[in-house]
Amino acid sequence: MVATTETIKQVEELGRQKYEAGFSTDIEMDRLPKGVDEEIVRMISAKKGEPEWLTDWRLKAFAMWKEMPEPDWQKVAVPPIDYQDIYYYAAPKQEGPKSLDEVDPKILETYEKLGIPLKEQEVLAGVEGAPKVAVDAVFDSVSVATTYKKTLEEKGIVFCSISEAVRTHPELVKKYLGSVVPYSDNKHACLNSAVFTDGSFVYIPPGVTCPMELSTYFRINAEETGQFERTLIIADKGSYVSYLEGCTAPQRDESQLHAAVVELIALDDAEIKYSTVQNWYPGDENGKGGIYNFVTKRGACRGRNSKISWTQVETGSAITWKYPSCILQGDNSVGEFYSVAITNNRQQADTGTKMIHIGKNTRSRIISKGISAGRADQTYRGLVRVLPKAQGARNFTQCDSLLIGATCGAHTVPYIESRNPTAQLEHEATTSRISEDQLFYCLSRGIGEEDAVALIVNGFCREVMQTLPMEFAVEAQKLIGISLEGSVG
Amino acid sequence: MALLEIKDLHAEVDGTEILKGIDLTVNAGEVHAIMGPNGSGKSTLSYTLAGRDGYEATKGSVSYDGKDLLDMAPDERACEGLFLAFQYPVELPGVGGTTFLKTALNAKRRYHGEEELDAMAFVKTLREKAKALGMPDEMLKRPVNVGFSGGEKKRNETLQMAVLEPRLAILDETDSGLDIDALKIVSEGVNKLRDPNRAFVVITHYQRLLDYIVPDHVHVLSRGRIVKSGTKELAKELEANGYADYVDAA
Repeated sequence: MVATTETIKQVEELGRQKYEAGFSTDIEMDRLPKGVDEEIVRMISAKKGEPEWLTDWRLKAFAMWKEMPEPDWQKVAVPPIDYQDIYYYAAPKQEGPKSLDEVDPKILETYEKLGIPLKEQEVLAGVEGAPKVAVDAVFDSVSVATTYKKTLEEKGIVFCSISEAVRTHPELVKKYLGSVVPYSDNKHACLNSAVFTDGSFVYIPPGVTCPMELSTYFRINAEETGQFERTLIIADKGSYVSYLEGCTAPQRDESQLHAAVVELIALDDAEIKYSTVQNWYPGDENGKGGIYNFVTKRGACRGRNSKISWTQVETGSAITWKYPSCILQGDNSVGEFYSVAITNNRQQADTGTKMIHIGKNTRSRIISKGISAGRADQTYRGLVRVLPKAQGARNFTQCDSLLIGATCGAHTVPYIESRNPTAQLEHEATTSRISEDQLFYCLSRGIGEEDAVALIVNGFCREVMQTLPMEFAVEAQKLIGISLEGSVG
Repeated sequence: MALLEIKDLHAEVDGTEILKGIDLTVNAGEVHAIMGPNGSGKSTLSYTLAGRDGYEATKGSVSYDGKDLLDMAPDERACEGLFLAFQYPVELPGVGGTTFLKTALNAKRRYHGEEELDAMAFVKTLREKAKALGMPDEMLKRPVNVGFSGGEKKRNETLQMAVLEPRLAILDETDSGLDIDALKIVSEGVNKLRDPNRAFVVITHYQRLLDYIVPDHVHVLSRGRIVKSGTKELAKELEANGYADYVDAA
């Protein structure tokens, strides 16, 4: 840790000199001004003390980003984004609330219901002067995290920030970064490649089963959750890891645009389970002020018999654009996608998955549960592609939508492409409403209306919720109820 | 004081008046049977008492335990001890039977300012009550009513009643869709719950249920009014002569 801090300081010094040369002088030295250009990209790389290959990679990404059009095929209306009005490095805190008294009472109510301690509420709400990381608040002492870190080290597991990994494990980062999501993939991933500053790195050595769920909570040197996070997880031969991302409490952030990239690599016989609970601020009832969550998540099952399983519970953000996918290269590899997406009020979500079958006897399973309420609009968009050599590939897809009220929308857009005649592909889809019968049945047993909706919706999502690790499952169940409050009646 | 006192109750569904002045008094410990032909208003009466949306009381009063029942929300009525056993119990896909009942019981406990039961304590109580009704544990884990046979659904309603311990239970055509064995099992379950502090209103089309759940009072409902009241002998008479006399009288 000490070494790391020193390195950062040295790099900052370095950056400062360059910075003074390049820009007008009256700006604070540990920050870069708003906007992005080649110089900013170089500065970020320099501040992180990155090797030349990475700087070059960022620059190539940036050059391409400038030319790249915004994706326009999704069924969400995205207001134009002013990329020059965003801080890309160490954004200064802008008029955060001075105390919890200034925070939207509705958010505080939610914290209350989730049973979040006061101190952590301040962190989540971005109150000025509150610590930036929730580690202490959640686990009440760094020693817990230290204990975990020690256990991991004994097993040879690397779990650190991506910036630290660039310094401590450059060979792994160089080999795998961008190998699953190339910077040319899409506009948002491209920007992330050019300017990412935060994120996690995990490496599980051959034959090692990670003894605990890894969560960003445990990342002892966790920095503030960033706008442009980059996560890279490598499970070497015969290893297993379960990774948890996110937080059930609604998180506020001043930056509206979030463009993260997550890359997973599973080698022979390895398994990665990646679970997300996403609850970024969705904006007010009119959708004002909510987060745009444009995420590129993809896993490569490179090895034989490898497996990657995505589980997501998406309840937050004003706009969600997210398709956690699996590239099934290794023979007999398995990809899974379990998703619950809830949209209420003015939220929009276009989310789904891609399963690319390349190897023989590859199997994939997609279970998507979409719940739409208020004036929200939601689309499941999924691609199942079977390439010519994927002899015996199988896919099962099930997409269920639940509508609450008469002003919301749900759409299912499955793309299926098979170029191997032995492939077996199944697709099932349903759309339903919470029936008046079901609601009255619950009421007649003494269960209040909001609890009844939560109960019925949790039942609807059960198949997906069961795949969540225990730590998440209970909170996620509560969250589903909270997300739908006020949607009935 | 009567547990339930209905006075001149009128109720509408979709703007059509179905109940046209019901008077009924039920004391704690009593079992009342309400019989009537199809379309006489039996289900409307049970739904109006339980507070279902769309069943609107337009005139009259219903006093329950001294309180104005019609003024309460449906979940509040349930928490106050009213229970409706459904003619067609509703399926709740994915909602486990145990979770459902625990949520219901804890809602009621919360309402009365009592501490909520934890999962362990609840499961213990539930198993005991299920055993008494001859329900296997496996049935408690299945989603509520999903894929249940007619008999299983009605047994499940009886189990819910046993767990929630209502003061007034309305059984809406509990015998419909039951063969004779299932009818016996369900009736036995109900009889075990008979108690000096609890009252039952048994709504049925046929007399045969009343061979098993023997009522203290029998009322004939026709065209939205109670046209005759009597003892269990009245039910026998109806079985022999049919409803024709009363339909004409109404």
